[in-house]
Amino acid sequence: MSISREPRDYDDIPGTYVFDGEHSRKGYHLNMFCMSLNKAENRDKFRQDEAAYLQQFPMTEEQRQAVLERDWLGMLRLGGNIYYTFKIAIFDGLSMQQAGAAMSGNGMTLEEFQQMMLDGGRPIKGNRSKADKSK
Amino acid sequence: MAKIIAGVGTAHVPAIGAAVDHGKQNEPYWQPFFEGIAPAREWIKDIKPDVCIIVYNDHASAFSLENISTFSIGVAPEFQPADEGYGPRKVPPVKGNSEFAWHIAESLILDEFDMTICNEMPVDHGLTVPLSIMYDQPEAWPCEVIPFCVNVIQYPQPTANRCYQLGKALRKAIDSYDKDITVAVFGTGGMSHQLQGERAGLVNKEFDIDFLDKLVSAPEALTSVSHTKFLRESGSEGIELIMWLIMRGAMDAEVEEKYRFYHIPVSNTAYGLTILENKV
Repeated sequence: MSISREPRDYDDIPGTYVFDGEHSRKGYHLNMFCMSLNKAENRDKFRQDEAAYLQQFPMTEEQRQAVLERDWLGMLRLGGNIYYTFKIAIFDGLSMQQAGAAMSGNGMTLEEFQQMMLDGGRPIKGNRSKADKSK
Repeated sequence: MAKIIAGVGTAHVPAIGAAVDHGKQNEPYWQPFFEGIAPAREWIKDIKPDVCIIVYNDHASAFSLENISTFSIGVAPEFQPADEGYGPRKVPPVKGNSEFAWHIAESLILDEFDMTICNEMPVDHGLTVPLSIMYDQPEAWPCEVIPFCVNVIQYPQPTANRCYQLGKALRKAIDSYDKDITVAVFGTGGMSHQLQGERAGLVNKEFDIDFLDKLVSAPEALTSVSHTKFLRESGSEGIELIMWLIMRGAMDAEVEEKYRFYHIPVSNTAYGLTILENKV
């Protein structure tokens, strides 16, 4: 997602999509589609024909594609918020760990993600800033 | 008069609710966790608060981006468990205390904390998981509950200092209520975790332990932690810890930590629990 505002001090946190006004504005309809899945009757309609269901929401084509392809990182980049996009993961029967592995963006498997958590989680060392990460 | 008898800090990870609901307590993954919270369950059986004010965040259940309220209070006599996409949790409905909640709302607003007042709100895992942690699976929850909801999803969240000051105002509201009831305040969420993006799974034990330590003996030091510091050090969802500062603000300056439990991992998070009582 292109950022049109002035840089902020949190922009250098790696792998993190801060849900600020810019993000929220771009992702509003995508997130409200996700919100609609709280209702069982909407889950049924989405299940019958995902693409048709998405047409009810004034989202961008890119956002619709990201939903259809379950491009979890793509949805975040297009203004999705994890608490909303996770509703699609719930719909798919995925756990937060499966979603976490998929978002890691380096081909991490569920087993590898689970092991990382058992080993104390993703370390903060080397993950504080983009500069820190590239070292 | 109403009397605050305890402050509880606890994470509200949904997987804990699922583990309780589906009887997984004795599985090897969960056994150390449930062993760790057992003393808290014993403790609350002993002190039996009449009312728990639970500071938590809604996860796109009762609220959405349609209307984003920074601080909300539930004043209804009853709150139903929300459908978060799996169907509602099969837990008892949550009994409120409408009269006390309205007293708090009025007191806070006159004290310049402009609350959103909710007559209708389903409550999601943010509120029901702390109840399951403390009370397991009763037929009915053994306390009345006042839902106290904080926006932590949309940046900018309220500042740590604002939360702490709100806690102090909440204490004034409790102290000025003329019914003889005992009250516990829960601050929930955290501890360090990040659910989103390539950094998903982030845990920062050093940050969490320092937070738990300072919460007891130097809470003022936590009120200057910036949004960016929380986001960077405790993960994008670790900022939920600001809600613990509302609880801490409601307690005396001098508190005693009766119990602490810290455990990694619970799902994608670091779990923390602390029980505070005012020093006599």
